[in-house]
Amino acid sequence: MANIMIRQNGAGGLVFYLPKRDLEAEIRSIEFDTPEKWGGELKLENGGSYYIDPMPKPARLPISVRARRLGAAED
Amino acid sequence: MAALTREETQALIQEVLEVYPEKAKKDRAKHLMINDKTLESSKKCITSNRKSLPGVMTMRGCAYAGSKGVVWGPIKDMISISHGPIGCGQYARAGRRNYYVGTTGVDTFCEMNFTSDFQERDIVFGGDKKLAKLIEEIEMLFPLNKGISVQSECPIGLIGDDIEAVAKKMAAQIGKPVVPVRCEGFRGVSQSLGHHIANDSVRDWILPNRDGKHYEKTPYDVAILGDYNIGGDAWASRILLEEMGLRVVAQWSGDGTLAEMENTPNVKLNLLHCYRSMNYIARHMEEKYGIPWLEYNFFGPTKIAESLRKIAEHFDDRIKEGAERVIEKYTPVMNAVIAKYKPRLQGKKVMLYVGGLRPRHVVGAYEDLGMEVIGTGYEFAHNDDYDRTIKEMGDATLIYDDATGYELEEFVKAMKPDLIGSGIKEKYVFHKMGVPFRQMHSWDYSGPYHGYDGFAIFARDMDMTLNNPCWKMLKAPWQKQEAEALKKAA
Repeated sequence: MANIMIRQNGAGGLVFYLPKRDLEAEIRSIEFDTPEKWGGELKLENGGSYYIDPMPKPARLPISVRARRLGAAED
Repeated sequence: MAALTREETQALIQEVLEVYPEKAKKDRAKHLMINDKTLESSKKCITSNRKSLPGVMTMRGCAYAGSKGVVWGPIKDMISISHGPIGCGQYARAGRRNYYVGTTGVDTFCEMNFTSDFQERDIVFGGDKKLAKLIEEIEMLFPLNKGISVQSECPIGLIGDDIEAVAKKMAAQIGKPVVPVRCEGFRGVSQSLGHHIANDSVRDWILPNRDGKHYEKTPYDVAILGDYNIGGDAWASRILLEEMGLRVVAQWSGDGTLAEMENTPNVKLNLLHCYRSMNYIARHMEEKYGIPWLEYNFFGPTKIAESLRKIAEHFDDRIKEGAERVIEKYTPVMNAVIAKYKPRLQGKKVMLYVGGLRPRHVVGAYEDLGMEVIGTGYEFAHNDDYDRTIKEMGDATLIYDDATGYELEEFVKAMKPDLIGSGIKEKYVFHKMGVPFRQMHSWDYSGPYHGYDGFAIFARDMDMTLNNPCWKMLKAPWQKQEAEALKKAA
């Protein structure tokens, strides 16, 4: 489990940030994206994927959450 | 066009790596890349933020250098105690030329060295009591200090002193913030982790201090993050922002004060110059206080104009007009500077090896002068820095991460740049090789280089170094005669 931060970039897309590794990557897809249920599997542009527990869509980004690494795109 | 083609650069990298043992060669190969502008992410081509190889000469610093030297040190009205043996504080004292206004020793303290001067008995019995006494003494001798930060050196972590407890106790006693910073030098692989630790301690101990207190806001409040006022950089940046109608609430941390930092959560926009050392706090403020942040670049008129417009985008028409007004005002001045120096510098090749933001930020300034950057690299960057660098640099240029002394020399010998920009550790090596050199860490005791005013100085300095007659005099007269005689004979 790692603390990650999800924020919005200028173009409106979501950006994934892992402070411990200074890993910044755009989020290609998010499993659940509805007001009630948001989160699930995050697919990153660098090929990695992380899982965050689904929750109601946050009112404001950025948000720090705990995430679990699914696919290793790590160095 | 790059100085070498892609194949030639690849061959050069191979040749340079040849001297290393097998394992080292494999490791170092990952830290060198040839730029390809089409790449989106640097991840596949370059590895960064890894431990330096034992046995090579690296240019990196330590976590203490990143925290005390870079982030905490320049806050002028706080006293940063170098907690541990005396050397770390003394040899790093006033080295970064963070200019500030104030009376040193009365209300400002950047250039002074405060240390607990650890001795053997402090290592054996612990230094907590000494630290408490030291803070009491500081409070008595320098009552105008606004706060104290305790910058740990290696032994503090090794012997496990509880500086947090001392800090809490003393903060209550003197009624000022006392910030324990766990930036022991052995942490991490370079100064970069020190920046992170320092940012985290600012986040935990400074930022929330004035939460909920009344603050007279305006819609045009901004803060400058990551400008350390080297040679007056932050001042040259600040006047541009003020001229376009913004109110600069805080400077982090060059010529900055504790009060400014505490007021930063009230701004509308955080302007981030040194991404590497301050992005952490910008990200935190975005999450906690909803303040957007923006990277900008104040090196060279092209990039300044670009950045001013980008900043103005976040505000109303008044600021947008202000930005145009500022650009218009300085354009003739800048054109005069370029007209004067460009003919003298046109087509010259530059190699850079610095840290933080400069390996990518100054590229635009060199290009404004008609010069070309053929190689660049960072001491302590992470991959997100390289992502940003790829776009700035030309195709097939060389990019090196944590270059060793040997590699840098070999690259210079092969690529023959007309100018090198790096730090003091490299300066005299290249002087002796007869290559013009500028220190790009401290602007070679010149500056400022940021902003429009800075660009004029930058251009002058580059010309002064490159076209200095001394480079023609490196050969002794009798050696010269021999060469000429040979030429005649032939």
